[in-house]
Amino acid sequence: MLDIREMELNMGPQHPSTHGVLRLILYLDGETVVDCKPVMGYLHRGTEKLMETRNYYQNVPFTDRTDYLAAPYMNLGYVEAVEKLAGWEVPERAQYVRTAIAELTRIASHLLWLGTHAMDIGAQTMVLWTMREREVVLDFFESALGDRLTTSAFRPGGLRRELPDGWIDAVLAFCKTFPDRIDEYEALLSRNRIWLARTVGVGVISGQDAIDLGLSGPMLRGSGVPYDIRKEMPYAAYDKVDFDIAVEEECDSYARYLVRLVEMRQAVLIVEQCLDALPEGPIQGKVPKTHKIEAGREVYHVVESPRGELGYYIVSSGTGVPYKCKIRAPSFVNLQSLTPMSIGRLVADVVTIIGTLDIVLGDVDR
Amino acid sequence: MSGTLDVIVRMVLTLALAMASASMLVWVERRLLAAFQDRYGPNRVGPFGLLQLVADSIKLFTKEDWTPPFADRVPFILAPTIIVATGLLSFAVVPFTAAGALVDLNIGVLYFLALSSLSVYSIMLAGMASNSKYSLLGAVRAAGQMISYELAMGLSVASVVALAGSFNLREIVAAQEGLPYVVLQPVAFLIFLIAGLAESKRSPFDLPEAENEIVAGYHTEYSSMKFAFFFLGEYLALVLFSSIATALFLGGGNGPWLPTIVWFAIKMAAIIYVFIWVRATFPRVRYDRLMAFGWKILVPVAILNLLVTGALVVARSAGG
Repeated sequence: MLDIREMELNMGPQHPSTHGVLRLILYLDGETVVDCKPVMGYLHRGTEKLMETRNYYQNVPFTDRTDYLAAPYMNLGYVEAVEKLAGWEVPERAQYVRTAIAELTRIASHLLWLGTHAMDIGAQTMVLWTMREREVVLDFFESALGDRLTTSAFRPGGLRRELPDGWIDAVLAFCKTFPDRIDEYEALLSRNRIWLARTVGVGVISGQDAIDLGLSGPMLRGSGVPYDIRKEMPYAAYDKVDFDIAVEEECDSYARYLVRLVEMRQAVLIVEQCLDALPEGPIQGKVPKTHKIEAGREVYHVVESPRGELGYYIVSSGTGVPYKCKIRAPSFVNLQSLTPMSIGRLVADVVTIIGTLDIVLGDVDR
Repeated sequence: MSGTLDVIVRMVLTLALAMASASMLVWVERRLLAAFQDRYGPNRVGPFGLLQLVADSIKLFTKEDWTPPFADRVPFILAPTIIVATGLLSFAVVPFTAAGALVDLNIGVLYFLALSSLSVYSIMLAGMASNSKYSLLGAVRAAGQMISYELAMGLSVASVVALAGSFNLREIVAAQEGLPYVVLQPVAFLIFLIAGLAESKRSPFDLPEAENEIVAGYHTEYSSMKFAFFFLGEYLALVLFSSIATALFLGGGNGPWLPTIVWFAIKMAAIIYVFIWVRATFPRVRYDRLMAFGWKILVPVAILNLLVTGALVVARSAGG
C-alpha cells in the first residue's frame, strides 16, 4: 500500500516572502495547509539585555534596530518611557515635531508594507510606486535626523537638533501631493478583481479572537475593534491634533489593507496640523547630564506604532543605566495569529497572511 | 539540390528570427515594465541598454552548470531541452510571409496545439526530476494549469477553424483577406489570449514559478544554461502565441502598403505589448481560482462560442 502522508515544507528562513528570517514549518496536504509552525529567533540580538549595559541616552540606537522600518516610532516609545520614568519635561515644540516625524514614519512603514504585500500577491508594479514615495519620506528623515533608516530620531527630554531650513515647507508640499498618490494605488488595487479574490476572506480573525490573541494596530482595527492608543492614551502631541481612527468590520486581509490606506491619509492630516501649528521655543528640556534616575521606579509606556501596541517596560537602577528594559513588540504578538489564520488555507494564502500581518523580524526577535 | 538549399536557408532564417525576437523580447519587456513602473530599466550596456542581453548571456554561460546530487540526472537534463525544442519546432508553421510558413502543413493548427501540449512534459520532468519540494509544487501547478487551459485554447481555435474551413494557417490567413477574425470571433480571441497567457505561464498566471510562494517553482534547482533554456523557452512561447494569435485572429500579414512581414511584426508587437501591460498591472491569481476560472468560465464559454459558430457556418452553407 502506498503511504499517504502530509508533506512537510520548510518555508524560510531564506524565503522570498517571509519578510526577513521567519521560518515556517508547513504541513501540507496537496497545497492545503494542515498545520503551520512559525519558528523565530534567527534575528535575536539580545537587545533587551544589551540595554541594561548602556545609559538611557546610549540606548536610543538599540531601539532603531528592533523595528527598523519604523525606527523613529521605536525611538519615540523609548524616550517617552524614559521621560515618564524620570519625570523630565519635554518642550511643546519638540512634542509637535515628534508627532510629525512619527506620522511620517507611519507613512513610510505603511508604504513599504503596501508595496511588499502587493508584490507577495504578485502585483509587481506596486512596490516600485510605493518606494518612489517612501524615498521622499526617507529623504526628509535624512535631512532632519541625519539618517534614513536607523534614525535615532529623539533623545530623552526633547530633540537632538532643530529642523533644517525649508524642511517644513518641503514636507507640507509632499503632504499636498501624497493623497493623489494614494488614489493611484487604490486605482491599481482596490477594485482589481484578482486583488479582491486574493485578499477578501483571506486571513480572517474575528474581533473577539483578535482581542484574545492580544493583537493590536491595524490587525485589531481591521477586525472591527476601534482601539487606537493615540486616542485612548494620547502621548506626544496627539491630543492636540484632530484625526479619525480607521476601522473596518470585515476581519480579513482586504479590511486591513483599507485600514492602512486610511491611516496613511490620516497621517498626512496629522503631519499638516502639527507643522502648521508648530510652536516656537526650545527643543530640549532640562535633563541631568548623567541621566541619573533614582532607584526603584518602574514604568510601562505604550505608543501606537505602525504595527500596533509598542510598549516599553523600564525599571530604574539608581544610576544612568536601566535595571531592566522590556520591549512589548507588536510584531511578536501579532505573529501569534498566523497559525489560526493559515490552517485550512492554501500555500498562496499563507503568503498573503504573512503580508497582512506586517511583521518586521527585527521587532519579533529583538 | 537548389530546393534543399532553399529549405535550409529558410529554416535558418526562421530559427534566427524566432531566437532573435525571443531574446530581444527580454530587453523589450524589461524596458516596458520599467516604463510602467516609473524607473529606467536596463540602460547601461550598449545604446539604450540593448546589449544587456549579451551581458546576461555571457553571465549565464559562465555560471556553474550544476546538477544537484539528489536529482534524477537524465530527465533533469532532458527537461530544458524539450521546452526549447517544442518552442522552436512550432515556428515551422507560423506564416510570417505571404508565401506561407516554412512548412505549408495542412494540419498546421493541430501541429501547434500538439507541440504546446508536449511542452508540459518539460515542466513536469523538470519538477519531478529536481526531487525538491518547491519544484514538485511548481510542476503540479504547471501541469494542471497547462492542461486545463489547453482545452479552452483548442476550443477557441476550433471556432476559427470552423469559419475558415481549414487547419492550414496560410489558408486561415488568406480567408481573412477582407475582415480579420477578431471582428467575427471576439470571444474566441479573448479566450485565446487568456489561455495563451496561462500556457506561456505569464503573469497573472505565473503560478508555476510564483517566486513569492514557491521560490522559483519547477526551475528552482536549475542554474546556468539549463536555467537559461527555461527562460528562452518561455519567451519563445510568448513570441509563438502572439504570432499564432496574429495569424488566427488579426489576419496575419494582411494589410495595405507595407510588406506582409512588417504587418505581421506590428500586430505581433501589439499583442506582446498587451501581455507585458497585463504583467505590470495584475496580481497573481490563486491556484484554486485559476482552475475554477478555467473550467467554469473559459471552457463553457468557448464551447458555447464554438456551438454558435458551428451552427452559423452550417446554416450559411445550407442556405448558400
